[in-house]
Amino acid sequence: MSNMKKYLNPRVAAIPPSGIRKFFDLVVQTQGVISLGVGEPDFVTPWHIREACFYSLEKGYTMYTSNLGMPELRQEIAAYMLRTYGLEYDPETEILVTVGVSEAVDLAIRSLVSVGDEVLIPEPSYVSYLPVSDLAYAKSVSLTTTADNEFRLTREELAARVTSQSKLLVLPYPNNPTGGIMRREDLADLVDVIIDNDLIVVSDEIYSELTYAGEHVSIASLPGMRDRTVVLNGFSKAFAMTGWRIGYACGHADIIATMNKIHQYTMLCAPIMGQVAAMEALRHGKPAMRKMVEDYNYRRRVMLQGLADIGLACFEPRGAFYVFPSIQVTGMNSEEFAEKLLQEEKVAVVPGNAFGPSGEGFIRCCYAASLDNIEEALQRMGRFVERHRSQKPSSSTAAACRN
Amino acid sequence: MELERKILKLYEKDATLNHQQMAIMLGVDEKTVTDTIARLEKEGVILGYNAIINWEKWGDDGVTAMIDVKVVPEREVGFDSIAERVSRYPEVRCVYLMSGTYDLSVVVQGETMKDVARFVAEKLATLEHVQSTTSHFVLKRYKQDNFLFNDKEEDRRLVVSP
Repeated sequence: MSNMKKYLNPRVAAIPPSGIRKFFDLVVQTQGVISLGVGEPDFVTPWHIREACFYSLEKGYTMYTSNLGMPELRQEIAAYMLRTYGLEYDPETEILVTVGVSEAVDLAIRSLVSVGDEVLIPEPSYVSYLPVSDLAYAKSVSLTTTADNEFRLTREELAARVTSQSKLLVLPYPNNPTGGIMRREDLADLVDVIIDNDLIVVSDEIYSELTYAGEHVSIASLPGMRDRTVVLNGFSKAFAMTGWRIGYACGHADIIATMNKIHQYTMLCAPIMGQVAAMEALRHGKPAMRKMVEDYNYRRRVMLQGLADIGLACFEPRGAFYVFPSIQVTGMNSEEFAEKLLQEEKVAVVPGNAFGPSGEGFIRCCYAASLDNIEEALQRMGRFVERHRSQKPSSSTAAACRN
Repeated sequence: MELERKILKLYEKDATLNHQQMAIMLGVDEKTVTDTIARLEKEGVILGYNAIINWEKWGDDGVTAMIDVKVVPEREVGFDSIAERVSRYPEVRCVYLMSGTYDLSVVVQGETMKDVARFVAEKLATLEHVQSTTSHFVLKRYKQDNFLFNDKEEDRRLVVSP
């Protein structure tokens, strides 16, 4: 079996390895690194949530659950969606509990597209939408967003890219990696393009609670959009529960039933321990969650001020826990910047091009880190940028600095 | 009010934050922070600042005891006068008025168990209005003012993740 490659599924083999993975291998070889490269909270899951899980294990909750997820959890999710976003879903037929939002993304895309359909994906974005669309035999189409426009998706860009083959629009806001958000008016601007072109929206709102300007608005709450939208959310970011792997999808009963068909054959159900913990999070987790969000907001401001002092232009992100500054003043590309910064100053950031070609020229820094680490990392980055500042900063950077 | 609450919460967690850092974190100017803190100090809302020290780790084996004190309240002033009197002893770290089977909870610190016992027997128990005392000696500390006494939990996250 010398040439194993010929046995592999060519579709999977053709998917390039994740840019993040490559950088990860580099970082783990370096000692004493301060990492701003993580994509998860620095908090541990609040104690009362962990404790609820211990208790359920003691009580013997170690079995399968319904494919859709525990009925009590689905009821809690329905109540949460209603009180937080004004969205009404029937817990019996319109909510599916998944293994993280990652599974929900896969299920939603696979349930909705087939060969030749186009999936419209704003860029830069989280890394999975594109390969998942690819695995579903769909064609992914990137929608460019820019720092000048705070990485929001515009009606013009959507209208310019949509074709008769377009079937799905992925709407990942608050956005990883940029921290951009879509306000009500930004979303409202898209609605008639979506409806006129008969698109379905997969709205990945995993960072919804981490919104620092006003309240998060789900596009599903806009007139005419509820049945056209599958809302994806979960517990990882808001409740610091990444390792529990619990997410959920809410949408029209027919879509949820189709997603559940794949889910029941591939996953059966989400782990019961995680579901019990998620229930506790929704019932009693809000005060702890609010505190964590307040803390992120403090550090967001420290990070932004630090970047401004260093001279790295950055629009003010109002969601998630990332900043996405431009590194143009150094004249380096994002991979070069990240690698050199790691070698010379031992700070890990993620090169922007890992999130699509339009992330080139930017880096993603996560501020879910201790204040001490953020300040130390900023000092090191300051030295680094000072050393590598190119002679002639380009005019677009100067313009971005003024914003 | 909201700003004051936020400043107090931040300070309660970490009194080493300087005004400039706090101003950036809260998105206000430094003078606002300085003025607010000065006022809260003056009003006695912020009583002072101290460090939380693991003396045992440093090598000191002082003794702490919690003393339950039953008191006969005084006419007109109730428990205040006796509580304030108890508070004045330098050996006393904290004094609380409690609901339940006893009245005052007094935290006393001394160099040896004998020191504390002598203080209770000679000073505290002999005070007029004090009916009885029950002493509980602290054997080991696990957590104080939000700080765990064992080693800090490490960051176990992957260094880079999507």
